[in-house]
Amino acid sequence: MSLRSPLGRVRGLGSAKSGTEHFWAQRVTAVALIPLTLWFVYSILALGSGDHAAASAWMRSPVNAVLLLLLVFATFHHMQLGLQVVIEDYIHAEGLKISSLVIVKGASLLLGVASVFAILKVSFGG
Amino acid sequence: MSNGDRPLSPHLQIYAWQWTMALSILHRASGVGLSVGTLLMVWWLLGLAGGVASFDLVQGFVSHWLGKICLLGWTWALFYHLCNGIRHLGWDVGVGFELDTARNTGYIVFAASIVLTGLAWLVGQAMGGVS
Repeated sequence: MSLRSPLGRVRGLGSAKSGTEHFWAQRVTAVALIPLTLWFVYSILALGSGDHAAASAWMRSPVNAVLLLLLVFATFHHMQLGLQVVIEDYIHAEGLKISSLVIVKGASLLLGVASVFAILKVSFGG
Repeated sequence: MSNGDRPLSPHLQIYAWQWTMALSILHRASGVGLSVGTLLMVWWLLGLAGGVASFDLVQGFVSHWLGKICLLGWTWALFYHLCNGIRHLGWDVGVGFELDTARNTGYIVFAASIVLTGLAWLVGQAMGGVS
């Protein structure tokens, strides 16, 4: 006989209430990053020594802009999830751990939003 | 509580280094390194958005020898983390846990990361490179 309530069994979260979505998001972004990263490396190589005009023209293409936005989202989401685990593994002083987590997650968000702004500015021709 | 004669878990200092263990640590290290590397990507994007002068500043860094060394390191970290990440995804679905398989896929991943890095730089040079 299980002591877990029917609702608890349906939710399937266990006693910690969270954790699986961290693991899952890490894997989903990892899978997304395989093609996106290869595309990005190929694009950077194809731009070669490209000057400002060539790189801007490349980013004004809607396909490139959208793929770049996806790359930025997946990269920074994957990055903050990964760094979170590293911090939780090695920093055991509670105050330092929490402040490091806030700084890393805040910095990831800042870098991600700055990237999105730059991409949109160029692709809308600003 | 006395645990006098219980077996101790091996101390890190006397733990025999293994290939798979080194690769596992490298996966994490390359991930942290790539996190720092995103700064260059964001700088490049902001530089592009900022106009010709700010873009040339980024290109100037990347074509400097110091920038090239950084970029080479990040290229390798990227390909290593990518290849070893695929190896990890295999483990996530339960494939490749046998000791021999894990060791062999480790060799393959490490070799692939170096080959892909070399290939990317060769193609980069051929396409005009970072001049």
